[in-house]
Amino acid sequence: MIEFSNWDILRNLLFAMQWTILLSLIAFISGTSVALGLTAVRLTRNPVMTRFVKVYVELFQGTPLLMQMFLCFFGLSMIGYEISAWGAAILSLTLFTSAFLVEIWRGCIDTLPKGQWEASRVLGLSFLQTLRHVILPQATRVAFAPTVGFSVQVVKGTALASVIGFVELTKAGTMLNNATFEPFKVFAFVALLYFALCYPLSLCSKYLEKKYHVAR
Amino acid sequence: MLNFSDLLPYTDVFLGGLATTLQLTLLTTVLGVIVGTLCASIRQYGNKPSQRAVAAYVELIRNTPFIVQLFFIFFGLPSIGLLLTPWQASVIALTINLGAYSTEIIRAGLSNIPKGQWEAAKVLGMNFRQTLVRVVFTPAFEKIYPALTSQCIIVMLGSAVLSQISVQDLTYAANLVQSRNFRAFESYVVTALMYLGLAMLMRYIFGLIGKRVFAFREAS
Repeated sequence: MIEFSNWDILRNLLFAMQWTILLSLIAFISGTSVALGLTAVRLTRNPVMTRFVKVYVELFQGTPLLMQMFLCFFGLSMIGYEISAWGAAILSLTLFTSAFLVEIWRGCIDTLPKGQWEASRVLGLSFLQTLRHVILPQATRVAFAPTVGFSVQVVKGTALASVIGFVELTKAGTMLNNATFEPFKVFAFVALLYFALCYPLSLCSKYLEKKYHVAR
Repeated sequence: MLNFSDLLPYTDVFLGGLATTLQLTLLTTVLGVIVGTLCASIRQYGNKPSQRAVAAYVELIRNTPFIVQLFFIFFGLPSIGLLLTPWQASVIALTINLGAYSTEIIRAGLSNIPKGQWEAAKVLGMNFRQTLVRVVFTPAFEKIYPALTSQCIIVMLGSAVLSQISVQDLTYAANLVQSRNFRAFESYVVTALMYLGLAMLMRYIFGLIGKRVFAFREAS
């Protein structure tokens, strides 16, 4: 039997952590893009489209991320769309991330007084001009901190990809546990590595919150 | 092609899973909010070392995935002699998780109470505990009630992960059914909708409770 030293465990976990980071980055970027699109759709105030965004948010916030992953991975391949664990993880994390970000950004845009829209209207600004010069510069400042804060949820969400067999940090942890029979040590390491990823993001979010709160 | 009627023979399996998820949610919501209330009070009014300890607990839980916490408790703790059944491990993990998040939420409510309320209570001869329970908690909880509701729902949804340590919850039922009849898509869609229904139901019930508990405020 192969002996695993602490360094061997850590080395393997660090290697797998690269996939956690990559998956988080891709999910966050694609989730942000989809959320931007949905926010734009929502801002048009078309009743049908607004309704669609609302249902989208309700659907992906109201169901477990794990269930979304199962649906994407097992469900889609059962009805004829072959998808890898990697693809299913990205797809479900994108849906999950975008649903939450749309809702977060909605809050940020809605905190701006309605009078700003009216004032811009009176000044003869078009819808897009109002958005570009009045609403977005303020809303993005407010949105920055909670968006960074949510990225922590994305990183933690990637841990569920282990369940559909994608080898990232958590999956590597369970595999190492099966090889070493030292669950206490292995999962403590795994937790610490996640903490090392997430805590700086949390701190950053807190810092941004303070900074922009004062500036406002 | 889609065929939902294949799920019908498994109605009992789904309902059994739903019952387990409901029980766990109910139990851990109560326990988690109690832990959160205690920890938030310590975090806000305790001495320095205990404040630090609570802060460390909150940050540690909030910055690690629930599934890793669960594995640590279920697989890790037995190796230092603490043997837990899947059910016990689940209740502990969910309570610890919700406890950390609700600590942070409730603390925000506590720190929002104007100092004058404390001073007024003191002048009226109330001691610390009386002030906290009779004066501070109600407005603090009213303020953070929506956030707390959302967090409880998030924890309920997170409980889907418990199927991984063979707790027979709703997700476990979905996996079982799809392994029997190979209707993965249908099984997961139905289960996802059940979770959605549960989330809506929780929001509704929390709303009713909130209306009742904080009713005196709306009247004034």
